[in-house]
Amino acid sequence: MASIDATAAGSGVVNAPYRMCRFTGLKVDQAAETLIKVHAVTAVIFLALGGLMGLGVALTRWPAVQILPPEWFYLVLTGHGANVLLFWIIFFEMAVLFFASAILLGSRLAAPKVAWLGYILMLVGALMANYAVLRGDSTVMFTSYVPMQASHWFYLSLIVFAVGALISVMVFFATLVVAKNENTYDGSVPLVTFGAITAAIIAVFTLASGAIILIPTWLWSLGLITEIDSLMYKVVWWGMGHSSQQINVSAHVAIWYAIAAMVLGAKPLSEKVSRMAFLMYILFLQLASAHHLLAEPGMSASWKIVNTSYMMYLAVLGSMIHGLTVPGAIEAAQRRNGFTRGAFEWLTKAPWGNPAFSGMFLSLVMFGFIGGISGVILGTEQLNVLMHNTLYVPGHFHGTVVAGTTLAFMAMTWLVVPLIFRRDIIWPTLAKWQPYLFGIGAGGISLFMMGAGTLGVPRRHWDISLADAAHRAVEFPAAAYLMMGLNGLFAILAALGGLVFIVTVVASILAGPKLDGPDAKMVFPLHDASRQVSEYGSEGTLKLPGTIILVGIFFAAFVLYYFVNWKYLSELWLFN
Amino acid sequence: MAETPQKAPAGEAREKVPMMQQVLDNPFLLLFLGVTVPAVLYLIWGIMEVASVPVGQ
Amino acid sequence: MAITPPANRLWWKEPIHGVELGWIVIAFLWGLFMFFFMIAWHFIGDQNLSTETYRVKPAAYEEKVAAWAEQYQKIGADGEPVEVEGTPVVAPPEGGDVYILARLWEFWPVVELKKGVKYRIHISSVDWQHGFSLQPVNMNISVHPGYEHVINLTPTETGEFGIVCNEYCGIGHHTMTGLIRVVE
Repeated sequence: MASIDATAAGSGVVNAPYRMCRFTGLKVDQAAETLIKVHAVTAVIFLALGGLMGLGVALTRWPAVQILPPEWFYLVLTGHGANVLLFWIIFFEMAVLFFASAILLGSRLAAPKVAWLGYILMLVGALMANYAVLRGDSTVMFTSYVPMQASHWFYLSLIVFAVGALISVMVFFATLVVAKNENTYDGSVPLVTFGAITAAIIAVFTLASGAIILIPTWLWSLGLITEIDSLMYKVVWWGMGHSSQQINVSAHVAIWYAIAAMVLGAKPLSEKVSRMAFLMYILFLQLASAHHLLAEPGMSASWKIVNTSYMMYLAVLGSMIHGLTVPGAIEAAQRRNGFTRGAFEWLTKAPWGNPAFSGMFLSLVMFGFIGGISGVILGTEQLNVLMHNTLYVPGHFHGTVVAGTTLAFMAMTWLVVPLIFRRDIIWPTLAKWQPYLFGIGAGGISLFMMGAGTLGVPRRHWDISLADAAHRAVEFPAAAYLMMGLNGLFAILAALGGLVFIVTVVASILAGPKLDGPDAKMVFPLHDASRQVSEYGSEGTLKLPGTIILVGIFFAAFVLYYFVNWKYLSELWLFN
Repeated sequence: MAETPQKAPAGEAREKVPMMQQVLDNPFLLLFLGVTVPAVLYLIWGIMEVASVPVGQ
Repeated sequence: MAITPPANRLWWKEPIHGVELGWIVIAFLWGLFMFFFMIAWHFIGDQNLSTETYRVKPAAYEEKVAAWAEQYQKIGADGEPVEVEGTPVVAPPEGGDVYILARLWEFWPVVELKKGVKYRIHISSVDWQHGFSLQPVNMNISVHPGYEHVINLTPTETGEFGIVCNEYCGIGHHTMTGLIRVVE
């Protein structure tokens, strides 16, 4: 063990045991390391649980299979949302925050005991939520719109979870202060840490909105408050519900930059532009909570337009910037690494066999093309009426949260296992194929759900044949049934990818080759630091034809799809 | 990987850090902005919209 | 690198890559276009969701809809009230008020509209939240209890159109439907 006493390096600072990472040269605080391990493992357990529930949902919505009866379908769908959308993602995000603060800044974690308190509260909340849902009296969906009422355990569980997460976020901010005061780094924080700060700031707004609405709703479920206004609930709840997904966006963009740096030695094209893009997130991304209120009565058009457009699309501008600077940084790095032929040698000769890279790049492409474009369309004030609450909505957010965030987090895990757990990947071949299996599955479910939604198929619906309905006035077209079937098939593919991920990660942690020894090598190597050229990337030193072509294709697809939807809208019945 | 942060030359160190960089280097200012902007534009304005719905006959 | 502090301490002063600058300009202008196009559609488009909304007590709304349905109940040639699967068909006067009530688990009543005529459609729920999804038109609007939403709607085609609930509303959610007929 390369554990060295901190006094060896520190001067008058609090003693904290740390080790030097042989692969990255980073100083790893051991309290932070343990917390990262625990959060990552917990996250993966909730991913397994939530993923299994998701498979049940997809196989029920496949009309020819319809594996679950209605009560179970709605129950499992509620559990699916909570387990993957909240617990998997936020546990993993806390690991990202500890990594981006203590480890990247070479600092000690501010208050490990408080961080443990946060963890325990989050765990208690997550377990309590599953208890409440599985009891069967909290089948209210992830959104739990009032006046439909869940068991008071359900609301309490989310409050406890949110308080725990808020405590951990505070430890993150405190660690920034510690690192600054103890001068563990020079100048500004790394870009990845800045992305994590963005995620943490959005998390504070998210958790505060959650507290504002869930505490009264909990009191209402206990009978202490007589009524919760349904529209008021929806406005404040989405301040949590949608913003929580903006934490993901910030976190996974930070991970894109991190993986590009660690695997390829990529450097941001310019710090200024990438950080300004994150600033656009900090200021405006959370306004997109209004995407869920475009079909609501009572909200004025001005409120809708200002909020749904993230203040004149400035947060979309941020995302489009990352969409250029991440592949741009990769192209610049690869050209420096010697892959200079043609427009795309940098991409074709990229380490596609390394699951950290392939997962990250697939996440980048699918988040942009599937999740990003569909999100802007859904969030256009008038176009929303074409797909509000249809399957298009889950199609969109499986493009962002599954194909984008989850795939990026999985890609990061392939680095966390060797670097933090210091165990090598036990089955490299399985790991190599995992991002493709999961990525294609996730991309498929996103596209087919969006397709079915375009044909009017409602979300959260057990039976689109409407066999028991009062009026069977709607006959969904055969294409809709086909898409639901394909959605089921791709869900199986994604579930397989998830299974391979979980089994390989767990087996590697438990029994993978140890990487403690001085000569141990990783099967998926990091970028060779000796080939580092420190001053590249910035300021027009390199031409980036491949990246220009890629963003050109993206922009053309975006503009085309945007106008196609206006065309659809203009053919609708007239209303105002 | 083991890129050692380059020590800035003494002259540059004394050069004033541009205003915008100071803003971006201050996480607590950013936290304040990142909570205030959506709290005002989304939450408070949104709640006022709900509260101002008139009562029907 | 992105995982180390910027090598240049005064990174703000570094010039921007030309490709970045070009893309920022394009993306910013596109954002402005999309923003102003939403505003423009309020003037040039025929599909803008009405914001006319009133607070209403669910019980009062239920009474109002029942009285209206009785007044304009469609009577068949045989002098009997026309019904579809037990739900009355209501044919409001051209251009008049139309009331649709959402409850567990139906949209009530069946309404008969004329093509090309603008109606004031009132929608509200008397229990939980529901989703008004008109199919196969594919027009989707949220329905709240306690809020009466008034939409000026002009059908542009004839036929039978279904309403599917697309907001989860309990165990019977997938049985909740309604019907709108549009005639010449």
